[in-house]
Amino acid sequence: MVYLDAAATEPLHPAAREALLAALDAGWADPARLYTEGRRAQLLLQGARETVAAAIGARADEVSFPASGTQAVHLGVLGALAGRRRAGRHVAVSAVEHSAVLHAVETHERDGGESTSVPVDRAGRVDPAAFTGALRDDTALACLQAANHEVGTVQPVDEVAAGCRERGVPLLVDAAQVVGRGPTPAGWSVLAASAHKWGGPAGVGVLAVRTGTRWRSPLPADDRQAGRVPGFENVPAVLAAAAALEAARREAATESARLNGLVGRIRERVQRTVPDTEVVGDPVRRLPHLVTFSCLYVDGEALVTELDKAGFSVNSGSSCTSSALRPSHVLEAMGVLSHGNVRVSLWRGVTAEDVERFLDVLPVVVARLRRTAGVEGM
Amino acid sequence: MTPALTVDALGTRCPVPVIELARRIGDVPVGSVVAVLADDAAARLDIPAWCGMRGQEYLGEEALAGRPGAAYLVRRRA
Repeated sequence: MVYLDAAATEPLHPAAREALLAALDAGWADPARLYTEGRRAQLLLQGARETVAAAIGARADEVSFPASGTQAVHLGVLGALAGRRRAGRHVAVSAVEHSAVLHAVETHERDGGESTSVPVDRAGRVDPAAFTGALRDDTALACLQAANHEVGTVQPVDEVAAGCRERGVPLLVDAAQVVGRGPTPAGWSVLAASAHKWGGPAGVGVLAVRTGTRWRSPLPADDRQAGRVPGFENVPAVLAAAAALEAARREAATESARLNGLVGRIRERVQRTVPDTEVVGDPVRRLPHLVTFSCLYVDGEALVTELDKAGFSVNSGSSCTSSALRPSHVLEAMGVLSHGNVRVSLWRGVTAEDVERFLDVLPVVVARLRRTAGVEGM
Repeated sequence: MTPALTVDALGTRCPVPVIELARRIGDVPVGSVVAVLADDAAARLDIPAWCGMRGQEYLGEEALAGRPGAAYLVRRRA
């Protein structure tokens, strides 16, 4: 099998496995305790915090580790809104944020808050002027992803951050798709990320709150992690996450260029060899490892199943079979074809030969599905 | 606007409404309007997107009386 869904999760990096095994022995104790084992765990945790802080352009004391990227987003959004309650109850978000952001905003609205959804263009990118134009006098928080998780479009975070700073509005950046793969945009007030997307273990999120940003926990009080994340820290998993991040950053310069070339090849070949298929997302300002396309007249979930049978694991933003689901809100906001959708996301384990084989198989599978549905040449 | 042809795709899921539209649009003369009745959420996206890919003119949607879904109106241009 060739695994092509790194944007969902990446297999554990060997450096993380090694660190995890060592940390299970060395870092099991309660880091809040003053005796030898506790101090050792605290020291290890602090080292991991410094590694992650360096990768995202933060100070170590600004970084905490929730149980997932989703929890990091929830705590980030709701905590920042709670901290700025006196400034107002309005939040501005892009229409293509991860569902974790949108669900946190829904919670805020159920609690009497307001929100503005900033539209994107056909490539999935927000217009910085439109985004800052959505800021109001009572805007307590703005949220913009570093890059889109479904189509790979990189957002103009620097411009939006400048606009937010001018208006005195904190900016939450969901950086889950970029940390460990390339530079993290500066200018965030709150940042969220997730370790299993850079080859770390599941169960480790990253929540960073810039010094001076008002933030109040939406959860019951707890002393752990500067009061930001309740509960006993998973020190071994955090250490493994930091080891994977260090390794991923070391490899990123060569790896990103390699994957970027492969994605460029996929974009070009799919457009050329699969008829009636639209490659979506920004062709230039995009993530190095992710590409998404939609095939006319094809059921996206059937395409996932057929590609799986052919030995390739991909994801789809379509929801033609499962009646409870709506089509992807990202594709909807972009106004592009939502059925027949496939997302391919690469990682260090994918070779050029794997990609070539995928590109040979894809047109055959699409043609077969179209033949079965009786839509060839329509 | 009275459509020259109504394609009933109610109760079908994507990509069927678009396929039915593609299958039937040739039945009306260029310049006429086809209405596609659909209650699948993807039709709202996919019918305008298909029009863009096939050089047809998407006119908009009208709500259906007393039931979920919409009539998506397309003028045949090609």
